[in-house]
Amino acid sequence: MRRFILFIPLVIFIGIGIFLWRGLQLDPTELPSALLNKPLPQFQLSSLYDEGIELTEADLKGEAALVNVWATWCPSCKQEHAQLNRIKAEGYKVIGINYKDDRQKAKIWLEKYLDPYASNIFDVEGSLGLDLGVYGAPETYVIDAAGIIRYKHVGVVDEKVWQKLKGIIDNLKVAKQTES
Amino acid sequence: MRVLIASLLLIFPLLSSAAIDTYEFEDEATRERFRQLTFELRCPKCQNQNLQDSNSPIASDLRNEVYRMLREGNGNDEIIDFMVARYGDFVLYRPPVNQMTYLLWYGPFGLLIIGLIVMWLISGKRKRKDRDEENLEQRLSDEESQRLKDILDDGNNK
Repeated sequence: MRRFILFIPLVIFIGIGIFLWRGLQLDPTELPSALLNKPLPQFQLSSLYDEGIELTEADLKGEAALVNVWATWCPSCKQEHAQLNRIKAEGYKVIGINYKDDRQKAKIWLEKYLDPYASNIFDVEGSLGLDLGVYGAPETYVIDAAGIIRYKHVGVVDEKVWQKLKGIIDNLKVAKQTES
Repeated sequence: MRVLIASLLLIFPLLSSAAIDTYEFEDEATRERFRQLTFELRCPKCQNQNLQDSNSPIASDLRNEVYRMLREGNGNDEIIDFMVARYGDFVLYRPPVNQMTYLLWYGPFGLLIIGLIVMWLISGKRKRKDRDEENLEQRLSDEESQRLKDILDDGNNK
């Protein structure tokens, strides 16, 4: 019994060690989205392509899709652009939110690097971005057919991230099919 | 030339102050509330800075938002709820008490209580030991006590 007591500090040390070691593995820049499993915020903003067209959250519903927050001033957005084009080529829907950007510059960018977006919301004030809790482009959300946010990824979407997002979208599509 | 330099010098301070957001408040109390809110709300992009300190674009947006909401007459709680609804508990430098943060809030008190229990156990053990030593004499028979006394006296006399 007495011997056993001598080991208590060691046990406590190992316990704290494991706890802190796990803490070191966490990425503190990855914040959980406050909007997870909540519907997209309401908005009414013009389309990037045509000032005359008003888009609202209703326009994004209908199919599980990626919603990508991007801007021409954001270097990482350029980095992930080719991946977005590939995602489109695979037959998945990508919706763009052009965040605090210049309409003309954005259009030129899409001509130059191809346009993976099914539609593009022009959020020049960043008001939709604010409601979505965007804190730095690029950010990518997965929404389901009802427009509910199911996942949020902050940072560049590369092939590895895409495989994860794809799994989520595929699951949503299957769930939708079994429902109907 | 001198006039030109003088006028440039006069303009310079104006230019530099233009880069800093300036907010105007109706009264001192609102200014103080703005100061306190931007002090307690954390910038989501820059991790260890509050809205007041951070230069990042998002922090400046959120400062504007706090200012706008103050002007519209929102209470502190409404402004904080607005931020939490969008950015989560992360934006609070003072985390709320909930299931996730019980350990954070009450952990130190738990450790204190454990410490007190350990202290109490150790001192209890010591007291028992002292008492045992006192009792030793009473447990001796008369004869043994006499002998013990003799031995001790013997020692003292030498």
